[in-house]
Amino acid sequence: MVIVYIEAVNGQLKKSSFEVLTYGKKLADKMSSSVAAICLTPCDSNVVGEYGINKLFQVSDAIFSHFDSKAFAKAVAEIFNANGGQILVLPFNQNGKALAPRLSVRLNAGLVNGANALANTSNGFVISKNVFSGKAVANYQIHTDVKIVSLASNSIPAEKNPTSCEVVAAATSVSAADFSTKYIKSELVSGDIPLSEADLVVSAGRGLKGPENWGMIEECAKILGAATACSRAVADVHWRPHHEHVGQTGLAISPNLYIAVGISGAIQHLAGVSSSKTIVVINTDPEAPFFKAADYGIVGDAFEVMPKFNEALRKLKA
Amino acid sequence: MNILVCVSKVPDTTAKIAFKDNNTKFASDGVTYILNPTDEWYALVRAIELKEAAGAGKVTVINVGAGDNDQYLRKALAIGADDAVLIESADDLEPFYVAKEIANYARTNNYDVVVTGKETIDYNSFSVGGMIAEFMDCAFVSQVSKWDMNGNVATLNREVEGGEEVMEVSTPFVLSAQKGMAEQRLPNMKGIMMAKTKPLAKIAAVGGDPLVTIVKFDEPKSKSAVKLFSIDEVEALVKALNEEAKVI
Ligand SMILES: Cc1cc2nc3c(=O)[nH]c(=O)nc-3n(C[C@H](O)[C@H](O)[C@H](O)COP(=O)(O)OP(=O)(O)OC[C@H]3O[C@@H](n4cnc5c(N)ncnc54)[C@H](O)[C@@H]3O)c2cc1C
Ligand SMILES: Nc1ncnc2c1ncn2[C@@H]1O[C@H](COP(=O)(O)O)[C@@H](O)[C@H]1O
Repeated sequence: MVIVYIEAVNGQLKKSSFEVLTYGKKLADKMSSSVAAICLTPCDSNVVGEYGINKLFQVSDAIFSHFDSKAFAKAVAEIFNANGGQILVLPFNQNGKALAPRLSVRLNAGLVNGANALANTSNGFVISKNVFSGKAVANYQIHTDVKIVSLASNSIPAEKNPTSCEVVAAATSVSAADFSTKYIKSELVSGDIPLSEADLVVSAGRGLKGPENWGMIEECAKILGAATACSRAVADVHWRPHHEHVGQTGLAISPNLYIAVGISGAIQHLAGVSSSKTIVVINTDPEAPFFKAADYGIVGDAFEVMPKFNEALRKLKA
Repeated sequence: MNILVCVSKVPDTTAKIAFKDNNTKFASDGVTYILNPTDEWYALVRAIELKEAAGAGKVTVINVGAGDNDQYLRKALAIGADDAVLIESADDLEPFYVAKEIANYARTNNYDVVVTGKETIDYNSFSVGGMIAEFMDCAFVSQVSKWDMNGNVATLNREVEGGEEVMEVSTPFVLSAQKGMAEQRLPNMKGIMMAKTKPLAKIAAVGGDPLVTIVKFDEPKSKSAVKLFSIDEVEALVKALNEEAKVI
């Protein structure tokens, strides 16, 4: 059985959950296997059913209201084993990145962390993922009977495939003693779209000359409903918060649209963004390396281009 | 407090990424290697700062890899680690066995904290830290951007979607570091001289049957040439994004 680990916050499934549910269903179909989901916090089984999953192992113990990799790994492993799990699918998001490696050890299962496509099962079980920060793709064969796949975000579009979903109340032996961390508080950047989950990203670099000029970038993001990002050069001098820094040593992202304004396109920057589906570059220098990685571009001054670009976007959205 | 910092060696960020033997192996000929940036800039530096602030304990750097990886460990010693351990194995050992070796070493030598980088910039596995913690059956906090210690209790900021989560954890624990935790330190002359005489132990790895192997590398899909628009064609660009690329 393929078992998909999903996450809900205040009863709402995260966007990554829709992608892993879609992935789990497709993988199960491909392998003529059954498929089910595990959720450690309350979620709506009807929504799970919309993605083709006909069984939900629902844990509703309030102990799981805060994430702890040790306790969560124990709970997931218990439910997975008790229900004849063979392939575990998780989202490659912040929690998934902490859980999947633990589960690989716990279940003695080969792991592909950050898979970007469905498995090729014609000769063994082979899954591809980006390596060298997007400069290459590696095809990993998993040799163990039990397998773990952690799916990179935006690798496959969520796809509805409605079915009715049976809810199975699942219990675990996890107790407070299994929690090894104590939650203190969250410091959320309010109102913004989380960069790691964003479909659209507007990013800017040193070409903007100073932090006071980011208004037009934020405006563009607002019109599009996009997240904002920046180059390392800009985060290093504190023009922008460090969590916006994308690239080889920052966050690696692969949105549908990445708009780069006044960013040269240094190899370390490209490493974290080049797997974006569509890249738009706005730069005064026609020789800027970023144009080689771009789909669309304007050679021009950001201070002239952006107001016009925003105006045109506003018109489209009107 | 004794801190074990895991450091890996990776191709320089500007290295040409190419493959050989029918695209089954990374072509390492002529490639310059460096310490993985996250390990060097954040994990190692913060561990040294905390040791210095406590005025007690030690910082050990550990690598699982080729027998001649001394030079990378020596750089970590020059930055300020007290001693180093090289567990000799083939380079590119899979994360599972790297973690197993490190967990065994940490357990037998009673380290309070094991620190890794969030990921290496070559295989981007994001795995070794969590695997070490599971082998040690202790806490693991990933993608930590802030790390303070008060006695044996750490206060950590962990990155989550849309912000950070603050948590407390007692030793022993494992964390993976990311940007924000410290400022890069360059080794100075004194550090480089002292590094030459600091202890560096070598141990043989045990290893085991592979769980995963790379069967083939592919180049990323190549991009077609950029379509350029003039500054007076901004509307045409927006139209192309809407109708052709279908992304807005
Ligand atoms: C080990 C290592 C790791 C690194 N990791 C990262 C990483 O993860 N992410 C990252 O981003 N960088 C990283 N870097 C840094 C990287 O090498 C570059 O220095 C950095 O990306 C440059 O940022 P930038 O493009 O904003 O600035 P610059 O290189 O200064 O480029 C500014 C660009 O703006 C253009 N410009 C100027 N004025 C205007 C205008 N008015 N309108 C439009 N365009 C204009 C210029 O033509 C230029 O192309 C790393 C470096 C090293 C050594
Ligand atoms: N061979 C190795 N030796 C020591 N530490 C390693 C090794 N490989 C990975 N690490 C550590 O684990 C972190 C995550 O690596 P990975 O899971 O391979 O992406 C790195 O940033 C290092 O701190």
